[in-house]
Amino acid sequence: MTSGYAIVAVLVVALGTILVGTYGLRVSRTTSDFYVASRTVSPWWNASAIGGEYLSAASFVGIAGLIFAYGPDMLWFPVGYTAGYLVLLTMVAAPLRRSGAYTLPDFAEARFRSRVVRAVASILALAIGWLYLLPQLEGAGLTLNTVTGAPDWVGALIVTLVVTVNVMSGGMRSITFVQAFQYWLKLTAITVPIVFLIVVWQVHGAESMTKPEFPTFRQDTKVAFSHQTTIHAEQSIFIKGSGEIDGLRIEDAGLVLTNGYHRIGQGSEFTFPQGGAVPHVSTMDHNTNATWALPESSGQKFPLYGVYSLIIATFLGTMGLPHVIVRFYTNPNGTAARRTTLIVLGLLSVFYLMPPLYGALGRLYTPELLMTGQTDAVVLVLPTRMIDGIGGQLLGALVAGGAFAAFLSTSSGLVVSLAGVLSQDVLRLGGVRGFRISTVLAGVVPLAMTFVSTGMPVADMVGLAFAVAASSLCPLLMLGIWSTRITTVGAIAGMLAGGVPALTAGLVTMFSDADDSWYEVLLSRPAAWTVPLGFAVMYVVSLLTPRHVPPGVQRAMVKLHAPENLGLDGSGPSSADERS
Amino acid sequence: MTVPPPQDGPAPKPTQRVVVTSPRTRAPRARRPYSGTREINEQSELGAVYMRTLIRAQRRLGLSVCLVVCGSLSVLPLLFSIEPDLGRARVLGLGLPWFLLCVATFPMLLLAGWFYVRQAERSEREFAELVERP
Repeated sequence: MTSGYAIVAVLVVALGTILVGTYGLRVSRTTSDFYVASRTVSPWWNASAIGGEYLSAASFVGIAGLIFAYGPDMLWFPVGYTAGYLVLLTMVAAPLRRSGAYTLPDFAEARFRSRVVRAVASILALAIGWLYLLPQLEGAGLTLNTVTGAPDWVGALIVTLVVTVNVMSGGMRSITFVQAFQYWLKLTAITVPIVFLIVVWQVHGAESMTKPEFPTFRQDTKVAFSHQTTIHAEQSIFIKGSGEIDGLRIEDAGLVLTNGYHRIGQGSEFTFPQGGAVPHVSTMDHNTNATWALPESSGQKFPLYGVYSLIIATFLGTMGLPHVIVRFYTNPNGTAARRTTLIVLGLLSVFYLMPPLYGALGRLYTPELLMTGQTDAVVLVLPTRMIDGIGGQLLGALVAGGAFAAFLSTSSGLVVSLAGVLSQDVLRLGGVRGFRISTVLAGVVPLAMTFVSTGMPVADMVGLAFAVAASSLCPLLMLGIWSTRITTVGAIAGMLAGGVPALTAGLVTMFSDADDSWYEVLLSRPAAWTVPLGFAVMYVVSLLTPRHVPPGVQRAMVKLHAPENLGLDGSGPSSADERS
Repeated sequence: MTVPPPQDGPAPKPTQRVVVTSPRTRAPRARRPYSGTREINEQSELGAVYMRTLIRAQRRLGLSVCLVVCGSLSVLPLLFSIEPDLGRARVLGLGLPWFLLCVATFPMLLLAGWFYVRQAERSEREFAELVERP
């Protein structure tokens, strides 16, 4: 569905982002401006910015795609992404802000007074950030591929360039404006089209989405296969077109696709008949719309384990994401940090009402995506498919622009926080120049990774980043904030015990072809075993090494928990005298 | 104050009892100006108790809000798995899982967040009153 309007929308979003960023350049002057906008951002601005940054490719296109393909089990993604903020609010928001550090490694050092704890936290923050950037870039590639037919790497390259240039020139102050603007843009871009789509669905007779039938083509549908695809047909079906099927070259002719598996060559284009049952990509189970709408219909092994692992990863992983954490330092104090988080909860709740609607409508209107496997494209394809003419094209352009905004904003946030970590902990280059060099590095690494990864759904990839965060940085934050017994040795052991297995599992699933072995789900959804492992190791090792409790832990606790306006710092009488 | 020299004249009056009052600035109330703030800053035992009370109250509040909300959400997959008929039940024209996860969850999360913020700010206010009392 190549559409001129969509290309224009993507360009406008990219240029607009750069413009707003340049405007920020004039405002941001000092190093502190660069890192955290000098901490002068109001809760509404900040909450919009957090929302803008958090609603990533996974939220904008990925969730709808997964729901479309696998049914209500995937609803735990939006629920978990939101509930993660409740956990963040209740357990870490205010203390994190009161710790007064710029990045997560700063927090680790402030709390544990240990360079080693800091170093481990830095490496994990980098790994999580890059793991999270990768799906953003892949999503951008997919979007550009869907709307213009450009190769996948073009979108990834554009996002990397825009983000790197933007972050280098403006730093975080401009990013705060950009992000806040992006939230509202994304909300508009996903809400306006779905309103029209639902009206159209009503006009078409409000066809039930849960009929006991396999998804069928609503009209004769021409499908282009951009990759070699193995599909499985449940019923034999007569198709026309050109391309390669099971090694047989066909030029503009008809063919009966018997039921069973078929390999369709790259670049094939076939027209599937109206009313025919849609073949599925071989890795996906056939479901009637009725069974699709039931829980545990995803056809994955051990669905209950998968769901619980997802719940654990998303509920606890949010607090460990580097770009989320860095936002909290831009609140003026702990109380404001709490209020900001509450507003974020509201903003996310509104947004997440939309993606499931796209997923469900997709079953009726764009079932061929189940065959090409590009389920993530459902949000992008639906408007032009359901509404003919210029209206559909404009709505499609709006969605494409919103999706691009999603990639840009999340990537910006990640690059800012990763650049902060890189310049302070890895390259040890201070000042604005160090930040700029780090920014380039932060953007280039995931761009390189996109060339080697196998295409898995973006929301699943994001889920892996959440799992690593939940198993390593979440125990550090939770136990570090609420327990005085955690020792430096315990903190390091716990982060490694949870983070390393989760990271390994994630990389294995991401860079090797998924197979059907029984332990596959343990690797693709590792949180259910790595998170308890991280927590348990951190706590038990701490109890075993009581002599390594960091010095000044009481003072650190006062700083984390006492309201700022009381002038408490637990710093002892001498410094209180100096101050007066 | 010097005693005036004795003068001749009328005989001195008989001894008189006078009530002498004094602001008891030094004696037992000496520790009074040590507010809770100072106790905490000097890391005294009492200060540690103040802080422990605050941290415990906040931790209890945070954990209970979390456990109630996340706990009740986490039961759902198990329920749907044990009792597949629940998955087929319909509410307002939607399947029960869809209704619960798409519609009902979000207001509940917001409500829980609002409750938490209110309670956390209240316990901080109480803590402030406690430690700032002169």
